[in-house]
Amino acid sequence: MLAQARGALAEPFFRYACGAAATALLCAMGGLCILLAIGGWPALSTFGLSFFTSTTWNPVTDVYGGAGPILGTLITSVVALLIALPLAFFTAVFLTEFCPQFLRRPIGIAVELLAGIPSIVYGMWGLFVFAPVFAKYVEAPLMAWAAPDSIWGKIFTGIPNGSGVFTASIILAIMILPYIAATLRELFLSIPPRVRESAYGMGCTPLEVVWSVIVPYVRRSAIGAVMLGLGRALGETMAVTFVIGNSHRLPRGLFDSGATISSIIANEFAEATSPMHISALLALGFLLFLITFAVLAIARALLGHGHGT
Amino acid sequence: MSGFTGIFDRRGRRRLANATFVIVCTLATVVALVVLAIILASLLRKGIGGLDLAVFTEDTPPPGAPGGLRNALLGSLFLCSAAMTIAVTVGMLAGTWLAEYSTDNWYAKTVRFINDVLLSAPSILVGLFVYVIAVRPLHSFSALAGALALALIAAPIVTRATEDVLRLQPRALREAGAGLGTPIWITIRRILWKASAGGIITGALLAFARISGETAPLLFTSLNNQFFSLNLLKPIANLPVTIFSFALSPYEDWQRLAWAGSLLIAFTVLSINTLVRILASKRRRT
Repeated sequence: MLAQARGALAEPFFRYACGAAATALLCAMGGLCILLAIGGWPALSTFGLSFFTSTTWNPVTDVYGGAGPILGTLITSVVALLIALPLAFFTAVFLTEFCPQFLRRPIGIAVELLAGIPSIVYGMWGLFVFAPVFAKYVEAPLMAWAAPDSIWGKIFTGIPNGSGVFTASIILAIMILPYIAATLRELFLSIPPRVRESAYGMGCTPLEVVWSVIVPYVRRSAIGAVMLGLGRALGETMAVTFVIGNSHRLPRGLFDSGATISSIIANEFAEATSPMHISALLALGFLLFLITFAVLAIARALLGHGHGT
Repeated sequence: MSGFTGIFDRRGRRRLANATFVIVCTLATVVALVVLAIILASLLRKGIGGLDLAVFTEDTPPPGAPGGLRNALLGSLFLCSAAMTIAVTVGMLAGTWLAEYSTDNWYAKTVRFINDVLLSAPSILVGLFVYVIAVRPLHSFSALAGALALALIAAPIVTRATEDVLRLQPRALREAGAGLGTPIWITIRRILWKASAGGIITGALLAFARISGETAPLLFTSLNNQFFSLNLLKPIANLPVTIFSFALSPYEDWQRLAWAGSLLIAFTVLSINTLVRILASKRRRT
């Protein structure tokens, strides 16, 4: 009798515990959004529109304009995507169409494993190994080659010390490459074999199969996968913080130092003392949240539940 | 005749385009693999030199003195274990709710969607959030805040894994439980969770691998500590933040320790992910 009563109590208790856990996740996301907005409000209301357009970021005079990091975030992510996407796409095609059977699994697994390496490792590698080589063999020659007043001269300005906006983009690209490649490969493999086989049966070349059958078949989800990679690049912190050079002004060229929203938060938040400084950083965080949430929401809507982690 | 050469030309063009495509795809794969191999190789080369017994037995040194990473390693292990305890509890319950209790209404759909977004939300924002809810009210960086931040990153992974694997369980299992007159919650605990254990453990391992290298959310939640501490309300030493500050320091012996730490983290993450793969393929076979 007692056991039965206990059971009758335990059932709803367990049920509510499960519901509460699910609600907790929802609250975490909602709380994140609301608290960042509240925390950033003093800075947003004080500086108004100039918070987004001004490049003055001065903790001494307590004046903050986030145009530098905001633009830095967008530029590095888009450039990273431009570099990573073709490589990832071709790699995924190679793995599903051309790769010798005995190499498919090992390479596929290697790509997936590399997607899990922590970003701080990429950051350290970028700073200590990649940047010196890049400065010596790419930046310096390119800057010497470009005429100062031509368009190339404008793009390739900066200090050839290896760190800067472009280096950050490359490191980001290397980071999201295995990630996008693994998701695209998974999508390509999800196509029913008979679709692919019937295209080959009609005499299509592999290029035509990929371009006219496979890509249209997964187009929607593939865009989702790419957006997921973009979302990752936008919010990535450690890999960027090591190599972007950390300056608050607008980068003048690809090799100039800059900052992203996440790198400026990582560098300054723990040391920020003035309430306005903290608020400005929280406001930037809120903006990053809005951007990534939009990108990730579109990505998830396109990709559907069940792909990519 | 002209039709024939036309066909021939077109076929030639198609062959050429295709050959180029094959070459481009192969080259892209080679480039990607070579870059990633270079990264692993330099990590191994730079990390193995700093890796000796002292790394595991001595605490983080002041610059110039000999030392290791013992406090950071133990601190990270402590932080991750605490985070996983929270994340597995919340994740398993939330996943169970999504798979077993929710009726696929708008609320369940929202939770599922938000969980998917949380899976790839920028970890630094999680750090900011936890700073506002846990560090500011307590007026101190703390291990507790660090564990909370990591838990918030791990929980969505466990939730997703739990839901996915529960949905794979045959309906017959639930009916068998109901047929014996078992309360639903006992069916879930004793039958469904048992049958799904492999998948849930896989998800938990993946979550552990993910948070063991997370740096950004710890920067202003747990901060770092030069000494060994397990006090929940004080800053705690941890590997990622130690690597970050040592790598950016001008001291060579600190940088060497940072490389050794990076190698340790990468090695841990890679072995966990490999283990997960082996477990998964074994499960598929049986």
